[in-house]
Amino acid sequence: MGFLIVENVSHTYFSKDAATEALQDISLTVEEGEFISFIGPSGCGKTTLLSIIAGLIRPTAGNVYIENQKVYGNKDLSIGYMLQQDYLFPWKTIEENITLGLRLLKQDVDRGIASKLLKDVGLPAVEKKYPRELSGGMRQRVALARTLAVDPKILLLDEPFSALDYQSKLKLEDLVFKMLKQYNKTAILVTHDIGEAIAMSDRIILFSPRPGRIHEIFEISEDIRRLTPFQARSHAGYSPLFQQIWKELERLEH
Amino acid sequence: MNIKELHRQYKKRLAKEKRWIRFYQLLLLIGFFVLWETASSNRWIDPLIFSSPSRIFRLLMDMISDGTIFIHINYTLFETVLGFILGTLIGTILAAILWWFPTLSKILDPYLVVLNSMPKVALGPILIVALGPGMTSIITMGAIISVIISTIVIYTSFRNVDANYLKVLQTFNATKWQMFKEAILPASFPTIISTLKVNVGLSWVGVIVGEFLVSSQGLGYLIIYGFQVFNFNLVLMSLLIIAVFATLMYQLVEMLEKRLIKNE
Repeated sequence: MGFLIVENVSHTYFSKDAATEALQDISLTVEEGEFISFIGPSGCGKTTLLSIIAGLIRPTAGNVYIENQKVYGNKDLSIGYMLQQDYLFPWKTIEENITLGLRLLKQDVDRGIASKLLKDVGLPAVEKKYPRELSGGMRQRVALARTLAVDPKILLLDEPFSALDYQSKLKLEDLVFKMLKQYNKTAILVTHDIGEAIAMSDRIILFSPRPGRIHEIFEISEDIRRLTPFQARSHAGYSPLFQQIWKELERLEH
Repeated sequence: MNIKELHRQYKKRLAKEKRWIRFYQLLLLIGFFVLWETASSNRWIDPLIFSSPSRIFRLLMDMISDGTIFIHINYTLFETVLGFILGTLIGTILAAILWWFPTLSKILDPYLVVLNSMPKVALGPILIVALGPGMTSIITMGAIISVIISTIVIYTSFRNVDANYLKVLQTFNATKWQMFKEAILPASFPTIISTLKVNVGLSWVGVIVGEFLVSSQGLGYLIIYGFQVFNFNLVLMSLLIIAVFATLMYQLVEMLEKRLIKNE
């Protein structure tokens, strides 16, 4: 039995003018501790699928289970969701932002938890500051700390590195990778960046657009998986795989 | 030339510029009153209608010494502040209700538009009949004039809060009330403050018109009374007092804004 099971999920968006089929009959299984990437041309329903897995949208058909529990409307499952931007609340201090999830989920708020998490994500003691006083990279690290604070079963990453400058992006990739391995967390990453997908994942799922369907699944070889994302980029097996996925993507877009 | 020296000079220039602006502002004020006084005493303008600063000042001194002016100021100020707070508060609550029940807001949409375009002071006579010719009617006028526009503006701001903040809260299984408290309301504080600023002016209009209609006290009453007995010293004095207090209220709201919104 898999940790996360997506079972025949289809989703259609309705508007006054049209019914748009975003996802068609998606099934996949993810094991605990696995890192999966979703890539594909825009409009292939990656983010929709992520929202469905998070339990934010009810799929038109099919089901999603985490540890055999349905996710939609389930108040007991905690899911970590990171967005393209940090979405830290500007009127809350860093500490209040980090402990927000704990308070909402009525978990105990340890007094030291914010500073411990800040240290874990490689930030100095900035608990009392406001988000505007931090740089983009630092803010995304705080967002990671906020997500990890509630000890989520699964981490859903919706292009969390795409708004950062290249250097911050590489650093944050390594940090996220290390922390996920350390806590043995399961994660799904939506990205446009083939390189990022190869460097971070165990498996890459390529979607074809309109309606979104699983087109192909790429297994990453064991020796690339073992490396940190930064090192993986200079591994001999990296470039051929990049070329292969690139060509597939090109073919899908035309 | 080191940087410290340059910085000192820069600050000096800034201070100098500020002094000049203050000087011209003061000059304009004094110039206005001097011109008014001269025009009136030389009969360039009719002193019976336009009065003069010295007459107004004498009248003010008389009314201060017998204490009557304070009763009028108190009365009007109390009505205005209360009307202003009620208008904004009820506007915010109505906006929250509309946000909470989206279907209700769709149903009420055309009625809000109608109510907003209607001149609220026209409700005066009805209010007076319904609530009695007293302070209650006047405070209601002060509130009613700002409540609908506050509702519309604040509701729009509630709806424009970035949906991704709500997404973050949803992943933490937040309830609707928690979403309102943690994201919707605090994100809209700047808008609420700016409606407060607009409402300062609106409440004065409501209250003064209300006093025109029924009151036997207050600055609006003094204006209408002065008009009836053709005492324009009284009318212009009341007007100047209103200008001073309306400005003070506005300044207070600005101070509140600085304290509340320190994270922007």
